[in-house]
Amino acid sequence: MNLTLYVWRQKNADDKGRMETYAAKNISTHMSFLEMLDVVNEDLIEQGIEPIAFDHDCREGICGMCSLVVNGRPHGPEKATTICQLHMRHFKEGDKIYIEPWRAKAFAVVKDLVVDRSALDRIMAAGGFVSVNTGGVPDGNSIPISKVDADTAMDAAACIGCGACVASCKNASAMLFVAAKVSQFASLPQGKVEASRRVRAMIDQMDVEGFGNCTNFQECEAACPKEISIKFIAKMNREYLKSSVAPSKG
Amino acid sequence: MDTIQVSTMSSHRPVTAYKSSIGMKLLMGITGFTFIGFVTGHMIGNLQVFLGPEKLNAYAHTLQSLGALLWIIRLSLFTFFAVHIFFGIKLWLENKASRPIPYVKEVNVESTFSSRIMIWSGLAMFSFVVYHLLHFTLIVTNPEYAVLKENLDVYSMMVVGFSNYWISAVYVVAMIFLSLHVNHAVFSMFQTFGLTNAKWIPLLRRIGNLYAILILVGYVSMPIAVLLNIITLH
Ligand code: HEM
Ligand code: SF4
Ligand code: FES
Repeated sequence: MNLTLYVWRQKNADDKGRMETYAAKNISTHMSFLEMLDVVNEDLIEQGIEPIAFDHDCREGICGMCSLVVNGRPHGPEKATTICQLHMRHFKEGDKIYIEPWRAKAFAVVKDLVVDRSALDRIMAAGGFVSVNTGGVPDGNSIPISKVDADTAMDAAACIGCGACVASCKNASAMLFVAAKVSQFASLPQGKVEASRRVRAMIDQMDVEGFGNCTNFQECEAACPKEISIKFIAKMNREYLKSSVAPSKG
Repeated sequence: MDTIQVSTMSSHRPVTAYKSSIGMKLLMGITGFTFIGFVTGHMIGNLQVFLGPEKLNAYAHTLQSLGALLWIIRLSLFTFFAVHIFFGIKLWLENKASRPIPYVKEVNVESTFSSRIMIWSGLAMFSFVVYHLLHFTLIVTNPEYAVLKENLDVYSMMVVGFSNYWISAVYVVAMIFLSLHVNHAVFSMFQTFGLTNAKWIPLLRRIGNLYAILILVGYVSMPIAVLLNIITLH
């Protein structure tokens, strides 16, 4: 299959950047989207053109590194699929494919399609953890947790921190990511201890980083490769309200 | 490299809630909720025009007789309106600034048309509210209603007002914007308040759609009824 790619090229953070057109020739439908880019890059190297830089690591949908906006959709058109897991069979002969980086003020482009997502790490550093004093290993099951709560926490913890929610949001808001992290802890007894301070610390860091505010567009949920529900945003709003009205000292 | 401030749970710098993005959204939601109450009440009150001049004018007298309470309601609404507009514009500006470089290929997957034009439907309503007050409350644009206003003959004011195609058109267009605004606002406000879950999110969207239609039909029925001579001067 032969395709036309329109790819964002940008030398470094200071370069203005522009879209370039490349031909992707003899692409097998069995390839993943990233393998298709590997093939295009081989071609570019042969032509003496600098290969396209893009982020990736596990290529199995678990690390959250891959980050391409394909035809306007973060991680491409398939539901619940990271771009590394998207197969070329979802495209057809002659397709024109636009490939752009995550766009947000908080995610500066490093090079081509690679963006700096350390803003998400700083939000985690602000409160995305449970303080554990060192000591003996606690007994397994010493804290009973209901199946419902465990499932809710697991659903939220499925977030791989890719930032597609930010990329898809009309406001470049990080609410879904932060909500997933806040909810994952707030659903469990271990995390409840610091829930009040955590939600404020994480939201404050989110605001400092320059992410937008949530208008409840629901674009994030559609783009999220882990199908994190916006019900967690409502949960975070509840946690925040609780914390503002009656801040706990914990 | 810029130094970026990192707040942590232990060295937490308390940000006043209203300055945070969720705090601002809460203010939008609380003020918006009162407008929804007002818009609903105002519509039901005015629909009494279909019951004849006595009913509607009696209702106008009741409102007028509230005296100080009426002024408290008016001033609260005015303050809430100012807050809603201020933060609506502030949020919109911040949101625009959060994506300085737009996508070449921009698509909408889940977001509704009404959710994307909140600022424009809002500002359209702001212009309308200014006109509406000048028209019916302060009688600036059509001084000929002054006598009717003095007698609190709201019924005749409405019929005379809507008999003018242009005035009716302005009201109908404004109500379309109102309908679009609340179409998203109903769900959005519940979500902002944290009063939703997986089951209620789609349901509240439906309720929002339904409410938007009711508001549109209810309000627009009045100028249309006047233009079709269903409601006439007595
Ligand atoms: C001058 C007029 C108005 C302006 C400029 C305006 C603007 C806005 C904007 C921009 C938003 C979206 C905020 C965001 O999600 O980022 C919004 C939300 C909202 N508006 Fe308005 N609006 C106006 C009038 C009204 C009126 C008359 C009503 C009631 C009928 C209303 C009810 C709401 C509600 C309930 C929300 C949802 C709040 C939330 O998401 O929590 N607004 N408004
Ligand atoms: S919520 Fe979904 S889209 Fe957002 S960072 Fe987590 S996995 Fe990625
Ligand atoms: S490369 Fe790891 S999730 Fe795509």
